[in-house]
Amino acid sequence: MGTLIEEIFSRKAGRPVQAGEIVLLDVDYIMSHDNTTPLAIKAFREIGKPLHDKNRIVLHLDHAYPAPNVMAAENHRKIIDFVKEQELPHLFMQGVCHQVMLEEGFITPGAIVIGADSHSNTYGVMGAFGAGLGSTEIAVAWVTGKCWFKVPETIRIELRGRTQPGVYAKDVMIHIAGLLGMDGGTYRSVEFGGEYIESLPMHERIIFPNMSTEIGAKCGLIAADQVTIDYLENETPATGPFEIIQPVNPRYERIIELDVSALTPQVACHPDVDNVKPLEQVEGLEVHEVYIGTCTNARYEDLEIVANMLKGKRVNPLVRVIVTPASQRIHKKAMQNGLIEILMDAGCTVTGTGCGACIGRHGGILAPGERALTTMNRNFVGRMGSPLAEIYLASPATAAATALTGRITDPRGFLK
Amino acid sequence: MGKAWTFGENMNTDEIIPGRFNITIDPLELAKNVFCEVKPEYSKNIKPGDIIVGGQNFGCGSSREHAPIAIKGSQTKCIIAPSFARIFFRNAINIGLPILECPEAVAGIREGDEVDVDLSSGQIRNLTSGATFQARPLPDFVLKIAEAGGIVNFLKEHDIQELMA
Repeated sequence: MGTLIEEIFSRKAGRPVQAGEIVLLDVDYIMSHDNTTPLAIKAFREIGKPLHDKNRIVLHLDHAYPAPNVMAAENHRKIIDFVKEQELPHLFMQGVCHQVMLEEGFITPGAIVIGADSHSNTYGVMGAFGAGLGSTEIAVAWVTGKCWFKVPETIRIELRGRTQPGVYAKDVMIHIAGLLGMDGGTYRSVEFGGEYIESLPMHERIIFPNMSTEIGAKCGLIAADQVTIDYLENETPATGPFEIIQPVNPRYERIIELDVSALTPQVACHPDVDNVKPLEQVEGLEVHEVYIGTCTNARYEDLEIVANMLKGKRVNPLVRVIVTPASQRIHKKAMQNGLIEILMDAGCTVTGTGCGACIGRHGGILAPGERALTTMNRNFVGRMGSPLAEIYLASPATAAATALTGRITDPRGFLK
Repeated sequence: MGKAWTFGENMNTDEIIPGRFNITIDPLELAKNVFCEVKPEYSKNIKPGDIIVGGQNFGCGSSREHAPIAIKGSQTKCIIAPSFARIFFRNAINIGLPILECPEAVAGIREGDEVDVDLSSGQIRNLTSGATFQARPLPDFVLKIAEAGGIVNFLKEHDIQELMA
């Protein structure tokens, strides 16, 4: 009996648990990447105890990969040496960690997966618990197989209606971030549901748990349904049976109801994710870079939207338009289906997969005074390089329209 | 006893330590650039025992442990804020950086005030104004980690199950 998070935690605890309790739970997988693993290795050495279960440890090189400098290369070396030393079975260099975790079937309904990355909330899209932690706790979980959690209160966001053409899950989630604010979900589980969520395909659903981080949420959850099961069976190596966990007579701290039918394209403006405006209020603002990438919006379907809008056209010649697919698998499929050629012919720079530009490492750094429109989830000051640059967040369609004109542009005039 | 350094609401991890400096995990090296964009004078003038007084949702943003490590490396005694972002809260406890939740103290302490903090009792005294404040008590298991000087030290001596005992 309880909210989705109470149901998930109760199964793991082997007894009914309620919001407010502290529980020590077994974790199914422990994720970390090249930015956070070196610190975890250091903590692991200090603890001085053996790994609990190497099969549960999943490592990625994606944040500064391929290495843009010697220190990043040293981090990669350190991680690969650790993998060899401990004979770890799961090391990936094939995309943004969260996308690869989904593609490789590590995330299944009811699983508890922690990651040394704040956007580990993404895993909530499968009806799993995903949350970000620091490197030291990752090392603790490597050694113990466990992690402590306070069972969070839940905010339920009930979404009705269907969006208009040109309006996407990203617009809806940016709108929600504006309503709740950057601390609107702090320490809370945010449960997304309702007929709108149920109508969405997986790549659109992902936006909500992924960006629940931006409102401070401990986790962002969507209950598994047939769409989830179909994704697992068709797109991943995960094997069932999968249990569909639903809230049962839940007691919510707060319920927010929203009808998305009348929503227009939204933009999260410099310098905060909750500085949200309808696109029309910032339309025409000049941009110097358009970046389509990250764990938020660089999936195959996102690239398809962009390619459909750019086909046979040229992007503004004075704007750097950079497309970074979220994984090699996505990159390959986009190549096989001709999307990459369309993007290149339109004047986009298509890069290898990774997180580099979104954390200001490489592959799209901004200069002082520049403004970027991106499909990222976070626009903190200095995030993409210079602290004197501005970052605006929007959907892939808005990014494509903006790439064509060099100014923030409503995508609805460009849809075929 | 130390001087108070005040910061605004939603102080995020990129503002605490920008991503480009996270190529090292050396606390003293990180401390050189802590708050470099929002308060560059902090890293130059902080003295051991000074305290940070933050706004609500302190430490929001990424999971980077570099943020609390950089602050710990700067030799600050503790952070007082009305609330902390959840990953930062866990990270600070795990690495042994004392943090206190106390909205009243945040409202009653100004930049440069002399402040005395008793970490074990949670009592905060503003010596400049004469006001005293009581921080919210931390849960027992959090105190166990804090008393061990962080989770790594705790695990050297104990089984993880003992946290809940």
